[in-house]
Amino acid sequence: MVYFILKRMVQSVFVMLAVAFLAFSLFRFVGDPITQMTGVETSVEDQERLREELGLNDPFVYQFARFTGDMLKGDFGFSYRTRQPVADMIADRIPATLELGVVALIISLLVGVPAGVYTALKPRGVLTQTILMTTLVGVSIPTFVIGIMLIFIFGVQLGWLPTFGRGGTVQIGGWESSLFTIDGWRALLLPAITLGVYQLTLTMRLVRAEMMEVMRSDYIRFAMARGVPMGRLHYKHALANTLVPVITIIGLQFGGVIAFSIVTESVFQWPGMGLLFLESIRFVDIPVMGVYLVVIAFFFVLVNLVVDLLYVAIDPRLRIRDVQ
Amino acid sequence: MLLIKDLTVKFPSRFGDFSAIEDVDMTIKPGEIHGLVGESGAGKSTVGAAVIGLLQSPGYVANGTLTLGDTDLRKLTPTQAHEIRGNRISMIFQDPQTSLNPLMTIEDQLIETIQSHSDVSESAARKRAVDLLEEIGIKNAAQRIKAYPHQFSGGMRQRAVIALAVSTDPELIIADEPTTALDVAVQSQVLELIQRLAKERQIAFMLITHDIGVIAQVADRVSVMRKGRVIETGVTAQVLGKPQHLYTQALMDAVPPLDRKMGRFRVPDADDTAPTLGDIAENWLLEGQQHDLTGMSLQNLTVQFAAPRASLFRKPPPYVALDKVTLNIKPGSIMGLVGESGSGKSTLAKAITGLVTPSSGTMMLGDTALPFGKSRSRHHPSRQLIQMVFQDPYSSLNSRHRIGDILTEPLWFYGFVKDAEEREKLAASMLALVGMQPDAVTKYPHQFSGGQRQRIAVARALLARPRFLICDEPTSALDVSIQAEILNLLKDLQTKFGLTILFISHNLAVVRQMADDTAVLRNGKIEEVGETHAVYTSPQADYTKSLLDLTPVMPTSWQT
Repeated sequence: MVYFILKRMVQSVFVMLAVAFLAFSLFRFVGDPITQMTGVETSVEDQERLREELGLNDPFVYQFARFTGDMLKGDFGFSYRTRQPVADMIADRIPATLELGVVALIISLLVGVPAGVYTALKPRGVLTQTILMTTLVGVSIPTFVIGIMLIFIFGVQLGWLPTFGRGGTVQIGGWESSLFTIDGWRALLLPAITLGVYQLTLTMRLVRAEMMEVMRSDYIRFAMARGVPMGRLHYKHALANTLVPVITIIGLQFGGVIAFSIVTESVFQWPGMGLLFLESIRFVDIPVMGVYLVVIAFFFVLVNLVVDLLYVAIDPRLRIRDVQ
Repeated sequence: MLLIKDLTVKFPSRFGDFSAIEDVDMTIKPGEIHGLVGESGAGKSTVGAAVIGLLQSPGYVANGTLTLGDTDLRKLTPTQAHEIRGNRISMIFQDPQTSLNPLMTIEDQLIETIQSHSDVSESAARKRAVDLLEEIGIKNAAQRIKAYPHQFSGGMRQRAVIALAVSTDPELIIADEPTTALDVAVQSQVLELIQRLAKERQIAFMLITHDIGVIAQVADRVSVMRKGRVIETGVTAQVLGKPQHLYTQALMDAVPPLDRKMGRFRVPDADDTAPTLGDIAENWLLEGQQHDLTGMSLQNLTVQFAAPRASLFRKPPPYVALDKVTLNIKPGSIMGLVGESGSGKSTLAKAITGLVTPSSGTMMLGDTALPFGKSRSRHHPSRQLIQMVFQDPYSSLNSRHRIGDILTEPLWFYGFVKDAEEREKLAASMLALVGMQPDAVTKYPHQFSGGQRQRIAVARALLARPRFLICDEPTSALDVSIQAEILNLLKDLQTKFGLTILFISHNLAVVRQMADDTAVLRNGKIEEVGETHAVYTSPQADYTKSLLDLTPVMPTSWQT
């Protein structure tokens, strides 16, 4: 058990190193950092001096080691565009993206799981067919079109919800949250739905497929033959057994939601990391792009580690090995 | 008392309704074990499913009466039917590995079932559950009840399954192949338990099985089913001892006896499919016999597998699958290898074919030493000379290849026949030789039954011109009449072409019919090896004796 966790952590370290290497290569080799930092009026001697001071003449391995070391200390360098520390810029933006991602995830689970169970248990119902068709349409339309449609209907035509920004936010420590005001929630709703639709469909279809599979299994038929009440049979027996594959996909998807919220954030002008990334691309702000890459990779690794731990929590076969 | 009369179950399909069972009559009294025997597809399980109301959709009861005591089972609403399930009728499934929810402890599953049907507190339910497990023969039940299913062995799990079925005091239990997935020792314990429960608790059992030996041992009455109809029913000794119906007689003939060797099985309607068609293949195989009869000898063969790691710093001791196995298979003979599941039978086959790497020992095919596992090159001659017939004909043939492609593969692969047309001709002829229509070459595996597929598997093995054939449980997935046909076929081919065969099976009666010598394997060690007749009539090892004792057999007087 401990061995299993340690093994996964060591693997994670290697993944992070690989991503750090990518980020470093981006920083070091996409354009000359010195030219990016200085203007045309800086003399060649000054440029050389700066190059020497920043250690850009050192061997490649040294530079990479120093880059990784700085990262570990929390020193992410400075943005070319705003001259601010990148760490601060990202830290400012993380809460917005995380809140958006988590709310989108919760919406997709709250709707997706029950819908999946229902469509699995009544595979021939009219409602089932309706749900399946609607969600199919939902995934076929690109995210930004859904976003724009939602803005048009609820923001412009009906005027119920704001169409951009985070609305009222509250500062808690260093965390700027929109979860504590009604205004904040109103602003959060549309982007969260937009972001959650795709995951909702995926969750629902996966739960449905797994559930139908499990309902055919011997232990469900046996539970049926013993007259276990239907509610318990569906939720305690069947749904629990679908969880392992379902959380795998949800985990992977959540990483994806955080990483690829770029489109949704730009449609709703949501001040999160994705928007920051887009701005950075426009200004070739390579340090910010590199760090963004590392932060996103870190989320992926973290979520997958949590998923692995959840497996162990759910499935006793992974937890308890000894045979009586 | 269960009363079934004129029961007909239909499955609607695109081509009209298909009757799975027709006009089935049956009465089961309290405390009676009623055997239901027949081959696969005979509709045995459908009868059980109809009684408990769990017919696979879209099947439905089209006609007949189904009553349990005073209750008309056909008149129940779905809710009422669900209340009766467990409470008055319960069921035991075939495979204890899959019939318990892996995520819940045995305790939770028992308490849940008890509380579903009677209004008792959790502690009272727990007490009843523990008592029940004790009664069913699980020692130290108070502690073991906290275990998850995967922590129990196969036999213990089947006991837990039976405990679950009995926990609500049902009047009737439908046991669908309850011992098929179990080893003989465990099987005899489970059968004993069923007999005891029937007697002490007056539970009526419907015992569905294809194993006539099991029926002979425990059933009070028996119904023989074929193609959805009950063709003979009555007291077990009567039906099996003096079968009236031709089919029952044929079925009894196909059962291999444990206590003697027969020359051939009597197969009711064996048709000799144009024997001349097979001549091409026969001549081809005979002309290819440049090698003499080839034996196999194993010396101190040991296979170890890495055990799952429990601690960070200590490497666990490896799991020994085969422990210094020494076995000498005489050229041109059939060596039977018997043992319970997990004894290392299949590992031995894999070691010989180079699929697992032994850690020490030697393997000699004729007088060449076989390299181990991956160090055996792709072009090593033994890869052609040793061929294998697998247990499950449903998964051992590639379902997307034509039979012709499957059969001609060894011909071009080993470079035997260069001309494509000739290869097809040879493949077709080989099909005739194994008793199939030669036009099968254009079809796909799913178009054939299990027995036909196993014939194709044998044909494929033969087309590699092997000298040494490994048959790993070649008939355990087949019905007994089909089994008899395949065993006859293997015997004929073995005599004709002088093959040396390693015949692996857990079925002692089958091995007795097939093998010249028999080896008994247990926990990776050879317990006993010798001439088959000697091993069966005067076994030396205690283990062999107990295996022979526990195998369910029919009384000799019933056998024809």
